[in-house]
Amino acid sequence: MASKADIAEGATTDKSRGGGVAKGRVLLRGVTKCFGAVDVIKGVDLEIAPGELTVFVGPSGCGKSTLLRLVSGLELPTGGSIIIGDRDVTLVHPSERGIAMVFQSYALYPHMSVAENMGFGLKIAGLPKPLIKEKVAKAAEILQLTPLLDRKPRALSGGQRQRVAIGRCIVREPEVFLFDEPLSNLDAALRGQMRVEIARLHAKLGATMIYVTHDQVEAMTLATRIVVLNAGRIEQIGAPIELYRHPANLFVAGFIGSPAMNFMDGIVEAVETDGVSVRLNGATLRLPRHDAAVKPGAKVTVGIRPEHFRVGPTPTDMDHDQAVEFDAIIDLVERLGGETLAHLRMPSLSDGVLVVKISGDVPLRIGTGLRVGVRLAQCHLFDADGRAVGEPAARAVVAA
Amino acid sequence: MSLISAPRRDVAWIGRFSALLRYAVLIGVGLLMLYPLFWMVAASFKPNHEIFGSAGLWPQEPTMDGVVKGWRTGTEYSFATYLLNSFAFIMPKVLLTVVSSVLVAYGFARFRMPGKQLWFALMVATILLPKSVLLIPQYLMFREFGWLDTYLPLYVPCAFATDGFFVFMVVQFLRGIPPDMEEAAVIDGCNSLQVLWHVVVPVIMPAIISVALFQFMWSLNDFLYPLIYLSSVGKYPVALALKMAIDVTEATAWNQVLAMSTIALLPSLIVFFLAQKYFVEGITSGSVKG
Repeated sequence: MASKADIAEGATTDKSRGGGVAKGRVLLRGVTKCFGAVDVIKGVDLEIAPGELTVFVGPSGCGKSTLLRLVSGLELPTGGSIIIGDRDVTLVHPSERGIAMVFQSYALYPHMSVAENMGFGLKIAGLPKPLIKEKVAKAAEILQLTPLLDRKPRALSGGQRQRVAIGRCIVREPEVFLFDEPLSNLDAALRGQMRVEIARLHAKLGATMIYVTHDQVEAMTLATRIVVLNAGRIEQIGAPIELYRHPANLFVAGFIGSPAMNFMDGIVEAVETDGVSVRLNGATLRLPRHDAAVKPGAKVTVGIRPEHFRVGPTPTDMDHDQAVEFDAIIDLVERLGGETLAHLRMPSLSDGVLVVKISGDVPLRIGTGLRVGVRLAQCHLFDADGRAVGEPAARAVVAA
Repeated sequence: MSLISAPRRDVAWIGRFSALLRYAVLIGVGLLMLYPLFWMVAASFKPNHEIFGSAGLWPQEPTMDGVVKGWRTGTEYSFATYLLNSFAFIMPKVLLTVVSSVLVAYGFARFRMPGKQLWFALMVATILLPKSVLLIPQYLMFREFGWLDTYLPLYVPCAFATDGFFVFMVVQFLRGIPPDMEEAAVIDGCNSLQVLWHVVVPVIMPAIISVALFQFMWSLNDFLYPLIYLSSVGKYPVALALKMAIDVTEATAWNQVLAMSTIALLPSLIVFFLAQKYFVEGITSGSVKG
């Protein structure tokens, strides 16, 4: 009986785990993971501060889910260590790490009612029944599941099932919540709704959360910080808007933002203290850069986001040294309603087709000409290795 | 108007005719397949001379003679003894089969172990092995154990998942179930056996019931193994008792044999219909996306 009380005490106050300032902190040190001969995670160092909602984002197969499973303990790392709170949990059983996880497929127990699903972890831990009931009731209230407690999972809608899965986590009062693509099985409307609910829950509980997704919108809207992963490595870590404005490399630049950033190949013509002149297909752009570490003649890539192009007779309305304008031919028009994606040919910039995002009410006809402009400060510049060059371009620009 | 409705009437008529034809053929073939069964049941209530005298199904002189005499049997025991004997080894056999098959299948389906592919292939290979090949070595082994004329050789081997077919069946069933639920249970604090008991077993219940049902029916029908290992008539199961009824008397009382065969069918039928709804019910529905 005494041991049961101890467990109850530990679960409610978390005195036994971590404690102190570091509670809810997650630290990964040189974590690697190989499946046979395949290196899935190639050395990840990451610190997640208590209370942060960190989103792991990246293309399929980049290792984001594997990294989450390493934190959860469902997989053990090949090398490196994982610290949650103050404890090294690298080899600790998942149930003793102070984590709880929401799965993409919900992973509810089909033969148990909602209440049993939520209380299962506590039952296994040997908590007394009245205490389990109390905790389940409390979590159900937070998630508005109270009227559904006696139902079986099959009698619930997708959104309700996902809420039960989240409830199962809340009941455990973990230091860290782990979400593995929790919304990807829901339809678009419900996904938006659940996204808001998760954001609210995070604000309410203030717990550390790690959230894996391939959906940029989820990443941008939910995250305190985003970790962009590619091929088992971290490409960049930063606040969502930081990643959007100042991508550290070509991969992040192409991955964050929808539609993706346009890339144009160029050659450096001249490097000055406050700018780099880049020769593109037909035009030369003088991009404002401080201390750019490139040499004249070097191959570079210029990136411009679709939403940073302006169209109209005088698209930019700025001095020649702050903006440039080009003539373009309309190749294809995708109307989304509120906005329009125009695929344009701009021979002076590139041989390929560039995507431009403009207001939905601009009349556009395929084959006709269009005057397009862009602010030089909003252009991104990457060297031959794909790294961003010099002081980031748009740092001076306040919300475009 | 007429141009449109005329072909429609044709289509409806053809559809109805083809449905009629299909059902007529199905019912015809179905009756043909089931006729021996109906004949057996009907023959249980015929006097012995009528069984081969007329081809008709319905008894002309219905009598309970075959059932009553058949139940008494030609031995010192009644048919009830043989029925109970059957259950005496089938029950432990079914239980041990289910427990061992599920444990082994869970291991094959969910755990990493060296040489797993090889072990699994070997296990599947044992399904292909003719049973009669093992008869003599097994007999010698059980004789050394002193287990002859007991039920032990009939069910003890089942405790070691010797029926590769059942293991294979449960493994295939488990492979179709996403492991997320089990991982959730691990995070909830279960060890492997708790995961098996609290999560896997309820989810694979349809497969477990299938295993139990097949083992029950096959064991009830099994003739060879009881014949080899049992020598006292008092320990004979149903299959041997029926055989005994045929060769102990010069002129076999076929109505008695058929009446007892009908009774011997009942346990299988009852168990099957009781378990039927579990085959149909998709127990996993609702646990994962939907």
